[in-house]
Amino acid sequence: MHEVDMTRCLLQALEDWRDQHPVQPCVEQVHLLVGEFTCVEPSQLRLSFAAAVKDTWLAAAQLSITSVPLVGKCLVCGNSYRPDPACGYASPCCGHPMETILSGRELKIQRIDYS
Amino acid sequence: MHMSISDTMNISLLAANDQQAQHNRQQFDAWGLFCINVMSSPGAGKTILLEQTLRALHGTHAMAVLEGDMTTQLDAQRLTGLGVPVVPITTGRACHLDAAMVSTGLSLLRQQCDPASLDLLWVENVGNLVCPAEFAVGEHCKLALLSVTEGEDKPLKYPVMFREADCVLITKVDLLPHVPADLGRMGRHVRQINPHCGVFPVSALTGAGLGDWLAWLGQQLLAQGRHHRNPPQHPGGLQRPSVTVT
Ligand SMILES: Nc1nc2c(ncn2[C@@H]2O[C@H](COP(=O)(O)OP(=O)(O)OP(=O)(O)O)[C@@H](O)[C@H]2O)c(=O)[nH]1
Ligand SMILES: [Mg+2]
Ligand SMILES: [Zn+2]
Repeated sequence: MHEVDMTRCLLQALEDWRDQHPVQPCVEQVHLLVGEFTCVEPSQLRLSFAAAVKDTWLAAAQLSITSVPLVGKCLVCGNSYRPDPACGYASPCCGHPMETILSGRELKIQRIDYS
Repeated sequence: MHMSISDTMNISLLAANDQQAQHNRQQFDAWGLFCINVMSSPGAGKTILLEQTLRALHGTHAMAVLEGDMTTQLDAQRLTGLGVPVVPITTGRACHLDAAMVSTGLSLLRQQCDPASLDLLWVENVGNLVCPAEFAVGEHCKLALLSVTEGEDKPLKYPVMFREADCVLITKVDLLPHVPADLGRMGRHVRQINPHCGVFPVSALTGAGLGDWLAWLGQQLLAQGRHHRNPPQHPGGLQRPSVTVT
């Protein structure tokens, strides 16, 4: 259940952000970017976030998770492609291994909406 | 009227861990030691690899081990008697080590030795192929182990770990005659995900391939500008038969 530990990191970041405000902000929505090529299961993250913020200053906060697809770039032909585990993540045109990852490794706090 | 404000953050979700990892890394660099994070599924052979590696580098490298274990200190006990400081870190519920746990381990290590006198710090992570890969501890190098008994498809099923690794050891190759595993395919699956990492088949039991692994490690240390405290007594490390992945 590493989503619990990720949630702990997220709360830490939100507290650091809060402490920069003279008046405690009321957080409405926290926007995350979660890449497909990470160990994070968005539904697990939602569950553990909901459990962690209950009865805290973040109780009203909603978590919005945008999933980012895995996109690789083939170094042989220069094409972008969606690596498929069933094909060993290889470039579909030339079978070249997955060298460059353009997106899919994101684990980011993108934006906070508050009042 | 209700007014919402948006703050653009664009910071890592794991910023709290990343900052502590960065701090650990600065300490390692100030002490001049090279830190290796050893990861694998449970039982792939991390502890026995450490036993063999500590023996092979004894006398040429000053070393210490931080031993991550969920509930027991059994692995730490196995490594005591090899002449290096071993600090057990029990993680409890957590299925991986994080940077803060390693920092606590470093405080305990300082009670046993002066870290500035060390060349290598080994961190044995909790047996788990999934999340240790996402939690940096400040290491210079990530080592992933995969045993031949786990199946050729594991790099494709747990790709993040193998993508993140700087070196992958395919372990227990002495068992190849007894398991339906194709070493070549296993190695290719690793390379599909991580074309440039080192891939070495080894057996901690027979010593096969350990020389290749130690040579790779030696190159990393040289590239980092680190030198042996004493010249090695047996140049080239363990002289053992080696197996190659094609
Ligand atoms: N045949 C054979 N057995 C091995 C080899 N390496 C490890 N083993 C066996 O595999 C089992 C697990 O080895 P460990 O070193 O405890 O593995 P580990 O990765 O440290 O395990 P955890 O820390 O519990 O995740 C032990 O029974 C070892 O003797 C090998 O090269 N060949
Ligand atoms: Mg172990
Ligand atoms: Zn291509």
